[in-house]
Amino acid sequence: MNYDFNTGVELIKLCDEEGIGISEAMIRREVQIGESTREQIIAEMTRDLKVMRESVKKGLTEKVQSVSRLTGGEAMTLYRYADFGPLSGSETCHAAAAAMAVVEVNAAMGRIVAAPTAGASGILPAVLLETGHARGWDDDKLVEGLFCAGAIGMLFAKNATISGAEGGCQAETGVAAAMAAAALVELSGGEPLQCLDAASIAIKNIEGLVCDPVAGLVECPCIKRNAMGAANALLAADMALCGITSLIPFDEVVTSMYSVGREIRPEYRETAKGGLAATPTGKLIAAGIKRMNGRED
Amino acid sequence: MENYSVFDIIGPRMTGPSSSHTAGAVRLGYIARLIIGGKIESVTFTLYGSFAETGRGHGTDKALIAGILGFSPDDQRIRSAYKFARDEGMSVDFVYSDEPADHPNTVRIEAVDVNGRRTEVVGRSVGGGNILITEINGLPVEVTGDYPTIIIQHHDEPGVISDVARVLSQLGVNIANMKVFRRSRGDSNAFMCIETDERVTPEMKGILMRLCPAVHELMII
Repeated sequence: MNYDFNTGVELIKLCDEEGIGISEAMIRREVQIGESTREQIIAEMTRDLKVMRESVKKGLTEKVQSVSRLTGGEAMTLYRYADFGPLSGSETCHAAAAAMAVVEVNAAMGRIVAAPTAGASGILPAVLLETGHARGWDDDKLVEGLFCAGAIGMLFAKNATISGAEGGCQAETGVAAAMAAAALVELSGGEPLQCLDAASIAIKNIEGLVCDPVAGLVECPCIKRNAMGAANALLAADMALCGITSLIPFDEVVTSMYSVGREIRPEYRETAKGGLAATPTGKLIAAGIKRMNGRED
Repeated sequence: MENYSVFDIIGPRMTGPSSSHTAGAVRLGYIARLIIGGKIESVTFTLYGSFAETGRGHGTDKALIAGILGFSPDDQRIRSAYKFARDEGMSVDFVYSDEPADHPNTVRIEAVDVNGRRTEVVGRSVGGGNILITEINGLPVEVTGDYPTIIIQHHDEPGVISDVARVLSQLGVNIANMKVFRRSRGDSNAFMCIETDERVTPEMKGILMRLCPAVHELMII
């Protein structure tokens, strides 16, 4: 049996034929293409989950500050506020805060797991850990969710891009939200096709989003875009779980995201030359960062 | 179509904030440490392009120091790299250059070891934490650090390459990738950059140098 797959259609066919979920398909594929055993692969992913959990905890309990001193500490504020009847609902608000926490830790030179990149590393751990906490999902189940998310991310990597320099922010926080949405659906008992619908809905929501980091740093707007990515993933998953489908099939959504990404001018692809980075305030901040050169701390 | 592992998507575990400006910089420092070999007394890093523009905000300086101290990209001590350099008695200096470079994320590393020997390494961070060393002591090279690598300086004459390949095969070392460089025909300082599946040991280096007289220097990375 060949467990490799290159498209959403192939993945669904594989899942249907074997009667398995996306996470199981991804685990079997990994065993087949690599030199590691199933146990080793699951152990490695469990180590990723552990670092993810540590990064969320650090950002929500310690006063982190970025190297540039521009950011840090806002995740904690939002997380506390989430207990007092937030408009977006406390579970969503907690997940958004957790997503910010990871990227604040990243900016403070803490340890994170790229998912799929460092700049989008908050979304997946935040929605899995916060939803998992609320619903009593154990670590084995959360690790399954990571494999499902990995499958979706891989389909974007193969057929489009997961690099902001190549496809803008849609390729980073967009893909992360799509990965997280699919994982939520599988862990909530949804079918593989519903996972792809959730991923499609999430990415369609931010198709075309540019990458315009102020001063070229992974901070503004990245941290808050991770918060929005978490909310995007949760709602996309809910829509798919209640039976809403994506009119445009997943593989076509991936292709369209890629073609849009290629149309985005280089100024808006991580070069910090356009968008928010090119605003008067953005330029002022960049000049300040450059003046820090040569100073130790 | 690239054959991705799930861990190319979920992972790597790394110290932030940037795979190119931080994780890649740690690797550049780490490979430079292997090239330099001996205990380092002082090192000057010259940063170009985006490394010079935004490196300070990305902690590229700390990452480079951490790498040259032998830390890995997910080490939590990277943040305090300046302190660890002081503890080791290694002096570090940074130059933020406005000069253009071939690649936006380029660094020139000039190190002096405790015996006064100078080594100069130029490399770039090419994205996703991957790197390329492009120059060692003025010689243009291509070292990715993905495989064990040896760099051989030799006299350019017929048969040297086959001699080296034969000795490596007799030592049970398989060549993965190989590039040869020379400035002109008969160059007394031509060289080859060989990536191997097995690691070349110092004993193997001795044997190879003895059996290939045209080889006058072999560096294990």
